[in-house]
Amino acid sequence: MATEKPSWWKTDFGPPKYDLFLPEVVKKNYGKWAYHEVIRPGVIKRVAESGDTVYTIRFGTPRLISIYTIRELCDIADKYCDGHLRWTSRHNVELITTDESKIDDIIKEVQETTGFPCGGTWDAPHAKYGLSNIIHTQGWVHCHTPAIDASGIVKAIMDELYEYFTEMKLPALCRISLACCANMCGAVHASDISIVGIHRTPPLVDDDAVRRMCELPTTAASCPNAAIKVKAKEKTLEVDGEKCMFCGNCYTMCPGMPLFDPENDGAAVLVAGKVSGARHDPELSKVVVPWIPNEPPRWPTLVSTIKKIFLAWANNAKKHERMIEFIERIGWERFFELADLEFSWHLIDDFRVPPFAYASYRVGTNFRW
Amino acid sequence: MSETPLLDQVPDGPWPSFVREIRKTAEGMEKAKAEGKDVKMPGCAKGLLKQLEISYKDKKTHWKHGGIVSVVGYGGGVIGRYSDLGEEIPEVHHFHTIRVNQPAGWFYTTKALRQLCDAWEKWGSGLTNMHGSTGDFVYLGTKSEHLQPLFEEMMQMDPPFDIGGSGSDLRTPSACMGPALCEFACYDTLDLCYDLTMEYQNELHRPMWPYKFKFKLSGCPNDCVAAKARSDFAIIGTWKDDIQIDQEAVKEYAKWMDIENEVVKLCPTGAITWDGNELKIDNKNCVRCMHCINKMPKALKPGKERGATVCIGAKAPCVEGAIIGWVAIPFIPADKLKERVKEIVEPLWEWWDDEGKFRERVGEFLWRKGMGEFLRVIGQDADVRMIKHPRTNPFMYFEKSELRPSKVVEEHTKRGMKFKTLEREEEEE
Repeated sequence: MATEKPSWWKTDFGPPKYDLFLPEVVKKNYGKWAYHEVIRPGVIKRVAESGDTVYTIRFGTPRLISIYTIRELCDIADKYCDGHLRWTSRHNVELITTDESKIDDIIKEVQETTGFPCGGTWDAPHAKYGLSNIIHTQGWVHCHTPAIDASGIVKAIMDELYEYFTEMKLPALCRISLACCANMCGAVHASDISIVGIHRTPPLVDDDAVRRMCELPTTAASCPNAAIKVKAKEKTLEVDGEKCMFCGNCYTMCPGMPLFDPENDGAAVLVAGKVSGARHDPELSKVVVPWIPNEPPRWPTLVSTIKKIFLAWANNAKKHERMIEFIERIGWERFFELADLEFSWHLIDDFRVPPFAYASYRVGTNFRW
Repeated sequence: MSETPLLDQVPDGPWPSFVREIRKTAEGMEKAKAEGKDVKMPGCAKGLLKQLEISYKDKKTHWKHGGIVSVVGYGGGVIGRYSDLGEEIPEVHHFHTIRVNQPAGWFYTTKALRQLCDAWEKWGSGLTNMHGSTGDFVYLGTKSEHLQPLFEEMMQMDPPFDIGGSGSDLRTPSACMGPALCEFACYDTLDLCYDLTMEYQNELHRPMWPYKFKFKLSGCPNDCVAAKARSDFAIIGTWKDDIQIDQEAVKEYAKWMDIENEVVKLCPTGAITWDGNELKIDNKNCVRCMHCINKMPKALKPGKERGATVCIGAKAPCVEGAIIGWVAIPFIPADKLKERVKEIVEPLWEWWDDEGKFRERVGEFLWRKGMGEFLRVIGQDADVRMIKHPRTNPFMYFEKSELRPSKVVEEHTKRGMKFKTLEREEEEE
């Protein structure tokens, strides 16, 4: 490795500094914005103390994007936005312009070129909320541990809820998110509606793969329920199916512990989590449907279940009332009734309890000075 | 007959389709190759469609565990991925991901994005994620032998792009758009995100800890990057003094807004009154939840004494259950954040690195160790804002200095009994 490195060689140089990429109007008014208002679905007007005005125009994307689509977006941003654009924390892309007269052209061109719909915004002052994009993970497109696909389910659900993205007719914010396994890349566990891929059968130990690729003690130690025993003589692992909870942590550690079962893997549905502090503390989501099978390519049972839950809330919630606030007002018993969901024994927690102490910790930032 | 009858049904409906994106990539890459461009993997996107069709038929993934793949000098940021259908679909036999550290707030210029696209047309599948869950710009799918030349091309871009985190390291920090576009930002999220990313390049690129560690930065309690739910160290903008009120603007809202029902009655602590002429806020009773400010952005603003709360320990359910971060530092003034965050996080990392179990996230580690010891490690006084209510059991530990001298203590000392105190061992001498 003694070869001379070229002059441009470097490591640990970090990301480009953000200010290189900010539009001039943003640089000029950085930290000096006065207010914003949503002038129509997808279009946010932001006014600075200086009186400068900027419009951000939001489009939903499928997250998995071709370089050819990025180039198309770049062409449009070059034409209308002085070469600037940004992405949001929920897989939306925003084009930024100071010229109100360009908005229609931008929307038309993005929709015609990429098919990306304009929307995903909410207008709190007028209590008119749009649905944002579904945060999601890789699924069968790229992940090695998924119990469900991600992109295909999101596509099927958003097709069904499309009008709520492009219009603003919900009573409050509703965050939907999906994780294809319990590792949950993404904030799925604190969403108004979340979909989580679950396994229901223990790992099928592949002795040969375990011998070739796994460290036995660390794999055994990775089990939260101490269900994995090292069989030292045979140089492999044994799973106690009575103790296994199908979390897949051991498979993350060891390729010899696959727990895929196409007929038994599926999705659990959780509701009533949130992260913002508005009105109500942050909350974890709670399981309301234990399992729905994988039904590619359009997942009809899962989609209709999500829609049922979504509409039970949307049609009955008061202004600004998010899922948890709605359910706390009407009660869980009424929620199961309204959403036409069956309450079963699966939904009563029997996982080990978190430390008693945690219940007394303050989550979020809603405290007094 | 189509080769992908199941995937053919995905693009139905109005929402943009990822299958369409993959097909568009497959066509574009083949066309670029035919035009004589240097395209190393022209069939990769098409191969992905083949494999995905099989997954849709089999109802399971066909991706295997990654081996160790990386670029020279780094240990993280590249996710190794292999197909279990490699013989059948050689185009996706290797399908590694590269996490590219996104610019804070996800602002780009077209010039920068075009360079990223050009390099990926040459060295990879042409598929991306905009963005991965942690926030990185994700290059999706390439071969082991392309990783290094691609990274070398990234080094030479203008401006250059570096690789993000993966494995048991500092994951790529991410931030909301903050002061760049939002009037609610209580501190400069972009600046702090960039500062922390640059300060901890070694921790970001070389996995060395029990497990992953995430910083996420939100400018206000609305928390648009969901820091409270998914970062071990969430930095949430807030303020300490009074909400700023523009009474004239309130009156403008009053012309069409039902302030009584939509603002006053929805205040979680009943801290607001409105008499039709003046809006009053009992700021001592305000928990800064943001509802009224969200409702009346022209009239109400966060106070002037701004900074951030640090919530600690958030994570997904694997494996001790999901955690929403809890208050570790109630307030750090905005101008002290850079310094103070480092003073807190460095001893925390050292302690967790020494005593954390393999794959134990900081939240689980602190559940095991207790808040008392944590506060000693980071040099923070206890604050009633860290809890919803004080403990309900009397099983407490005391510092040695808090015990009175007694015959019993003497006897214990004589017998060599060590009992648990909150003092850390190295401080005992």
